[in-house]
Amino acid sequence: MPHDPNTTLDQWAEQSDYKWGFVTDIDTDTLPPGLNEEVIRIISARKGEPEWMLEWRLGAFAKWKDMVEPEWAHWPDHDWRPIDYQAISYYSAPKRDEDRPKSLDEVDPILLETYEKLGIPLEERAALAGVAVDAVFDSVSVATTFRDKLAEAGVIFCPFSEAVQKHPELVKKYLGKVVSRTDNFFAALNAAVFTDGSFVYIPKGVRCPMELSTYFRINQMNTGQFERTLIVADEGAYVSYLEGCTAPQRDENQLHAAVVELVAMEDAEIKYSTIQNWYPGDENGVGGIYNFVTKRGLCSGDRSHISWTQVETGSAMTWKYPSCILKGDDSIGEFYSVALTNNYQQADTGTKMIHVGKRTHSNIVSKGISAGKGHNTYRGLVKILPGSTDSRNYTQCDSMLMGDECGAHTFPVIEVENCTAQVEHEASTTKIGEDQIFYCNQRGISSEDAVSMIVNGFCREVFAELPMEFAVEAKALLAVSLEDSVG
Amino acid sequence: MSLLEIKNLHASVEGIEILKGLSLTIDPGQVHSIMGPNGSGKSTLSRVIAGEETYKITEGSVLLNGKNLLDMNPEDRAREGIFLAFQYPVEIPGVSTKYFLRTAVNSIRAHRDLDELDAYGFLKLVKEKAAWVQLDPALLDRPVNEGFSGGEKKRAEIFQMAMLEPTMCILDESDSGLDIDALRIVANGVNQQRSPERGFLVITHYQRLLEYIVPDVVHVLLDGRIVRSGGKELALELEEKGYSWIEQEVAAGA
Repeated sequence: MPHDPNTTLDQWAEQSDYKWGFVTDIDTDTLPPGLNEEVIRIISARKGEPEWMLEWRLGAFAKWKDMVEPEWAHWPDHDWRPIDYQAISYYSAPKRDEDRPKSLDEVDPILLETYEKLGIPLEERAALAGVAVDAVFDSVSVATTFRDKLAEAGVIFCPFSEAVQKHPELVKKYLGKVVSRTDNFFAALNAAVFTDGSFVYIPKGVRCPMELSTYFRINQMNTGQFERTLIVADEGAYVSYLEGCTAPQRDENQLHAAVVELVAMEDAEIKYSTIQNWYPGDENGVGGIYNFVTKRGLCSGDRSHISWTQVETGSAMTWKYPSCILKGDDSIGEFYSVALTNNYQQADTGTKMIHVGKRTHSNIVSKGISAGKGHNTYRGLVKILPGSTDSRNYTQCDSMLMGDECGAHTFPVIEVENCTAQVEHEASTTKIGEDQIFYCNQRGISSEDAVSMIVNGFCREVFAELPMEFAVEAKALLAVSLEDSVG
Repeated sequence: MSLLEIKNLHASVEGIEILKGLSLTIDPGQVHSIMGPNGSGKSTLSRVIAGEETYKITEGSVLLNGKNLLDMNPEDRAREGIFLAFQYPVEIPGVSTKYFLRTAVNSIRAHRDLDELDAYGFLKLVKEKAAWVQLDPALLDRPVNEGFSGGEKKRAEIFQMAMLEPTMCILDESDSGLDIDALRIVANGVNQQRSPERGFLVITHYQRLLEYIVPDVVHVLLDGRIVRSGGKELALELEEKGYSWIEQEVAAGA
């Protein structure tokens, strides 16, 4: 179906098969496509960044130019279309950037309507759930709530660009320390051109009084989205951070290359939960987001704890390995993942657990669901370094297949360099049984509801790790993503 | 009008005909029993009525309250009042029995234009019906049939039947693998549900179950056809003489 860019929001919503596939009719200030030093200077200038930040970006860009796009991911059926990095526009912002809204009343009503359609009634949701929302619309943050309450606790939760201005010492200290600006091709690209994201700092001994949440949304034709998130939990601090996103329908592939860095000091704990629902492309594999993300956490201090939970249902292609470096003694790393691929979607996801400290502990639970012609790959590394004595890992890797044209693949790598380590890996592959569906049918439950129920049961251990509201959303999302996949 | 009316039903699976012209009529309030040797088509009959798609219907009709069941998908048949207590109930890992049942109850209620049952109303109903088959309600927090003993699975099926209030109940060997106490409990659960409107089709190998669930009519199924029907004394006769007796009689008569 051709999309007329002049159609209104409501027309979009009605025309679109993709429930959340609408665009907001809002004038934007967008840089022309292309990537060079000048573009990076403009981005930095628009953000009013200090010199050191610009230098950091340019350093990353210089390295990136010599880097090669990785090709090793396992995408069996996908017709890989090379990304033309010069065809992407690297900056777009709502027009009145200078006088950015300071409260919700000042926010463009069309924007608020968009959030409404996304199921994010900002004020209500914030009030009901006690969640502070730092909503990113394209590249600029538009509204932040609960600032006062957080400030009272000493918590810093702000757009990344604001942190660069107001907390340069913290940003300088931690930026690129977990994911260096030249870590990999996409991380380097992000370092060069990132426009915004979130910054969180939880001071010593503080338990963040609420769940922190950010919503990302791609809303510009041909505009890559490059978020950068940095979360630091100082000694004894605790924070739970939620990230969720949906994207409107587009025919061109859009690139999403985010970087998330987590740092947990002694006795600190960070819980990072994601629901990823970027536009996956249509049933013929046309369109959809390329989601190439680098997420890594450093358990820097003793007894620190980092937990990643992700529900990945969107994107045409996903390349994502939220990882933990367990440096502190007795530190804990966890990874709970549900990845669903339908139609022509391809997901290559997993985790790396690098055990450095003594008596470190990691737990991996990965649930992959493949339907249609989707392919799901688990790629994991568990590495126990020589000095990491008495460390343990447990990995459970389950795949579920729906239909006979999809695939599940696992590439687990285990490298143990210390003989006191205990490493366990369990894997299973199941097919949704006709007999299970018939049993549900016989109790009056439709096939679609039956599949959704069976799949949700399969993912239960992961959903149990999500905060309540998020778990509800995740279940709804799986149901929507699997619609019409029952033969 | 009859509750369930099956006429000249032919069904096959992978090209092999299993039901070869079966006819059967059950009136409201009646309990019919089907007995027969292994492979005679008893389970096939139950699954064909419930709508399992592996079976191909080549001829005949199945009406429930005058409505053609063969035109309906399995969930609509269930909503119209067909309930099958499975011989081997299926496990659904990770889905709690309560959640499963509440979804089932409410989809059936929606079909009957009844309001959704709220959490309180549902739990009240669960407590009442679970007692009918002496089922520990704590079991219902576990995933559907997962980790249930053989006897618990059979009792859970009868409990589900009580929850869904069907009009036509089919029990596929609900007695298999049960000791005598469990058998009494299952039978008692079924008897509680007997009513002037509801019909039962009890499939079994042994007449022992029929001592507790007393049938109005007993049918003998042989090679895809009902070859003899009679009162409850037919079951006793079968018990005594075995199926070969009827096989020989049928062969002689043919």
